[in-house]
Amino acid sequence: MFRNQYDTDVTTWSPAGRLFQVEYAMEAVKQGSAAIGLRSKTHVVLACVNKANSELSSHQKKIFKVDDHIGVAIAGLTADGRVLSRYMRSECINYSFTYESPLPVGRLVVQLADKAQVCTQRSWKRPYGVGLLVAGLDESGAHLYYNCPSGNYFEYQAFAIGSRSQAAKTYLERRFGTFQNSSREDLIKDALFAIRETLQGEKLKSSICTVTVLGVGEPFHILDQETVQGLINAFEMAGEEAPAADQGAAGEEGAAGEVVAAAEEGAAPEEGAATEEGAAPMDI
Amino acid sequence: MNLMDSSHSNPMSLCSQADSQRTLYPYVTGTSVIGVKYKDGILMAADMGGSYGSTLRYKSVERMKPIGKHSLLGASGEISDFQEILHYLDELILYDNMWDDGNSLGPKEVHSYLTRVMYNRRNKFNPLWNSLVLGGVKNGQKYLGTVSMIGVHFEDNHVATGFGNHLARPILRDEWHEDLSFEDGVKLLEKCMRVLLYRDRSAVNKLQIAKITEEGVTISQPYSLKTFWGFSAFQNPTVGAEGSW
Amino acid sequence: MTKQQANWSPYDNNGGSCVAIAGADYCVIAADTRMSTGYNILTRDYSKICKLADKCVMASSGFQADVRALQKHLAARHLIYQHQHNKQMSCPAMAQLLSNTLYYKRFFPYYSFNVLGGLDNEGKGCVFTYDAVGSYEKVGYSSQGSGSTLIMPFLDNQLKSPSPLLLPALDAVTPLSEPEAVDLVKTVFASATERDIYTGDKLEIVILNASGIRREYMDLRKD
Repeated sequence: MFRNQYDTDVTTWSPAGRLFQVEYAMEAVKQGSAAIGLRSKTHVVLACVNKANSELSSHQKKIFKVDDHIGVAIAGLTADGRVLSRYMRSECINYSFTYESPLPVGRLVVQLADKAQVCTQRSWKRPYGVGLLVAGLDESGAHLYYNCPSGNYFEYQAFAIGSRSQAAKTYLERRFGTFQNSSREDLIKDALFAIRETLQGEKLKSSICTVTVLGVGEPFHILDQETVQGLINAFEMAGEEAPAADQGAAGEEGAAGEVVAAAEEGAAPEEGAATEEGAAPMDI
Repeated sequence: MNLMDSSHSNPMSLCSQADSQRTLYPYVTGTSVIGVKYKDGILMAADMGGSYGSTLRYKSVERMKPIGKHSLLGASGEISDFQEILHYLDELILYDNMWDDGNSLGPKEVHSYLTRVMYNRRNKFNPLWNSLVLGGVKNGQKYLGTVSMIGVHFEDNHVATGFGNHLARPILRDEWHEDLSFEDGVKLLEKCMRVLLYRDRSAVNKLQIAKITEEGVTISQPYSLKTFWGFSAFQNPTVGAEGSW
Repeated sequence: MTKQQANWSPYDNNGGSCVAIAGADYCVIAADTRMSTGYNILTRDYSKICKLADKCVMASSGFQADVRALQKHLAARHLIYQHQHNKQMSCPAMAQLLSNTLYYKRFFPYYSFNVLGGLDNEGKGCVFTYDAVGSYEKVGYSSQGSGSTLIMPFLDNQLKSPSPLLLPALDAVTPLSEPEAVDLVKTVFASATERDIYTGDKLEIVILNASGIRREYMDLRKD
C-alpha cells in the first residue's frame, strides 16, 4: 500500500516540504471548466466555458460581478467561489461606504489571498478549492490577477485556469505581447480564440461560453448571448475554421498543445480529459 | 472600603462615571478656520491661539496640518481632539502608503473618512469637539470641504468654521471668484482674518496661511496682521458712558 | 471651568423643502439646494435629492448628517439587492425598505423627512411620504421639510386628491400633465421661498418618465 502519510490534514508537512492538502485544493482548480482572462492598458476581458454537469441540468454561473470596477471568473468548487465573491462584494461596499471611492483591485486581491492563506495554516479548516481570475480597474490602470487556494496570488497580462487551460495558455503565450495596446474588440476576439482552444475541437457557441468586459468608462458587464454569437460568426469561427479544427484536433493542434502542457504542467490535460466523463466530483 | 463597595454597586455612580468619559464641553479650543479655492489649489488660514475658556492659554498652536500628499486639514474646536484626529489620519495614511501600489487616498477620500469618524462618534454620544476644514488637490481636481462635530458636511468654493461663518463668509461670497491668483487669495484671507481679529475675542494676531497645490503643502511661518486701533472712539471708550465709574 | 456651551445635542436642523408629484406616466421630485444651520446658510448648492434606483428617487430634509447616512445605507442595500436579484429595486420595494430602515432606528431616529418618488412596475408615477421613524403612506403628491407647512395646503388646493375614505380606493395620481406638474412645483417653491428662511437659493427638479430621468434647475431667492 502506498498510502500518503502526510496528507490527512492541512497543517502537516511532508518530508519533502510539501503541503499535500493544499496541493489537492490546487488540483480542484484544474478540474473545473476553463476560465480565461486577458487585459490591455484600459480593458480586461474575462471569459469562461459553461459546462453542464449532466444532460439534464443547466450549467453553473462562473463569472461574478463584484463591483462596477471588479469582476471575477472562477474554476474549481463553484460553491467556494460564490462564498469568496460574496466576501469581495461586501469588502467593496464597505470601502466605498467609508471613502466614497472604489476599492483598489490590488488591495482586494491581497485581502482575498490572506483569507485563503489562513485556511492553509489551521488544522480545523480546509483550503478553498477554487481559483479566481480577478479583473479590475483602478487609478493605476487595468489589472488581471490570479488567486490560488494556496494563498498565492499573481498578476498577469493574460491567464487561463481550469480543465484544458493549458491549450488556452499556449495560445495566450503566443499572443500576449500585443495585448497591452489591444483594442477592446481585439481583446474579446482573443478571449474567444483562447476559449476555443480549451474546447478541443468542440464547436464554439455562445451557449457554452460567457464573456465579460470591464474597462475605462465601461463598468463590468456580461456580454449577452446574441452579441457573443455575433462576434463568433463575424470571426468566422463557427463557419469554416471550426470543422477543420474538429477533424484535426485529435491529430495536430491538440497534440501540439499537449506537448507543451506535458512539459510544463504535467498532469493538467489528463485531468481535463477525466472531467469530460462527468466524473469530476469537485464540479458537483 | 465600605464606601467604595457601595459606590460600585450603585448604578447612578456607574452612570456618571460613564458620562465623565465623554466630552461634554471643550477645554482648550481654537477659533475659526477659513479656506478658499484659488487658481492652483486651496488656501487656508487659521490663527494660533488656544483658548482655555476665555483665557488665551496657548499662543503657538498649529491648527493646520498636511495629510498625506494631497490633503490639508484645518481644525477649530477642542485642540486635544484635533490631535487625536491627526493620530487617526497618520495611521490611515501610513497604512495607505504601506500598500505601495500606486493608489493613494485623495482629499475626497480623507474627507469622507473624517465624516464617518465624526458621525460615528456623535452616534456614540461622544463627539470629537471640532469643526474641520479639509482641502486638497489630486489629479488636477481641487477639493474643499468641511465637517462639523455631529457629522454635518459639505463641499463649497469657500468654507469657514465658527465665527468665520458669520464674519468671513459674507466677505468671501462678495469677493471670491474662480480664478483667484495666489496673491489675491492671500489678500482675501487676510481681509477675513482681520475682521475676525477685530470682532472675535478669542482670535489672536498670530496666524498662518497654508497652501496646497498639485506640488504639495506649504504652511507659512506665523506672522501678524497690521491693525489700526487709533479710532477716536477707541481713545476713551468710557466717554459718554453714564455710570458711577 | 464653568460650562459655557448649551448642552450638546446630537441633532441639528439643516432645513430645506421637498416636494413630489405623481402623474399617470411620470413622477416629479423636487427640492431646494440651500443648507442652513440656525440663521447661517452653510452652502447654497447642496443637493437633497438622491437617486436610489433607476426608477426611484428620494428627496430628504432635516439633519444632513443623518440624511447622508441614510442615503449611503440605502445605496449599499440596493447594491446588495442588485447582486442577489440581478435587477433594480422597484419603487414600492424601496419604499418598504426605507420605512424599515427608519424604524430600525426608532429609539435614536434618523432626523430626516423624506419623500420618495418614482415609477411602479406598470410605469405609473408613485409617491411615498414618511415621518422620521418610518410610518409611510402611498399618495399622489406630498411635501416634506421646513417649507411643507406652506407648500402642502397649496398642493391640496390645486390637486384635490380623491378622498381616502372612498371605496373602492380611487387612483391617487394627479390629473396634471408633466409640464403642468413641473410648473406647479416651480410655483410652490417660489412661494415657499418668500416666507421660509430655510428654503431658497436654487430649485432642483428631477423628472422620471418612460424615456428615463431628467433634471431641471431654477434659481430661487437667495435672501
